[in-house]
Amino acid sequence: MIVSYGEILLLAICLFFMGMICVVTRRNLLMILIGVEIMLNAAGIAFVGAALRWHSLDGQAFVLFLMAVAASEVAVGLALIVYAHRHSGTLNGDGYNLMKG
Amino acid sequence: MNAYSAIFYLLAVIITVATALTITSRNLVYAVVYLIISFLGTALLFYLLGAPMLAALEAIIYAGAIMVLFLIIIMLMQIDKQEGVASLFNQCFFVIAVAGTAFSLVLLLLYGNSGSFFPLQAAMATPGQFGAFIFQKYWLAVEVVSFLLLVALVGALYLSRTNSEKSAYGGKR
Repeated sequence: MIVSYGEILLLAICLFFMGMICVVTRRNLLMILIGVEIMLNAAGIAFVGAALRWHSLDGQAFVLFLMAVAASEVAVGLALIVYAHRHSGTLNGDGYNLMKG
Repeated sequence: MNAYSAIFYLLAVIITVATALTITSRNLVYAVVYLIISFLGTALLFYLLGAPMLAALEAIIYAGAIMVLFLIIIMLMQIDKQEGVASLFNQCFFVIAVAGTAFSLVLLLLYGNSGSFFPLQAAMATPGQFGAFIFQKYWLAVEVVSFLLLVALVGALYLSRTNSEKSAYGGKR
């Protein structure tokens, strides 16, 4: 007997909004990517809690796919950030205001 | 309150505090290390909620691979120290307004539905059960995801070419 699903969902919501605040307020591209990771992780917590709530493994399966998508997103995102840093010399999101790279 | 719920509350506090320290810390390396703590706490939470396979994957993929990738990139790029103290607070009003509205709506949804607050029974899906389930019901999705990882690998390799390699292959730029 552990906590109710509402409390798990509350934790996931808190983490999701922390990630959202990180994405919106920070200027650094790496911190924006970290905020996206926090949001994906919060969604994973909600999925695993739902899998326990309804005794179905579908929620856990979706967390597995979520991890794979997060890994590929980070790989491509970091490659893009390195590319942009090499060409513009900045990591500030406001620094990218030219269409021609 | 029994042992399971005590562990849950402890883990929830650890995860929340570590994430809060992540999003407020100025130094990127500190942020990543705090996020590793948060992800390890999440792995323990997954184990508590009956997903040992996902707990292992969370520790290996998230806390191990992804965060180390972040650390390598941060150390590779010689990032100029800080991003300026004012930048976190100049949009404070809009952030609080939007996040507060959304948060209160979600809370309304959560507490308006009385069915979401009964204690869950502890259950455990062994890795064998999980693997059998995922390859019986979601085999196509597993293939699609593996293909997605391949595409991400090729894309990252393409983006990280240097200029000399580009000219060697006859590229325009």
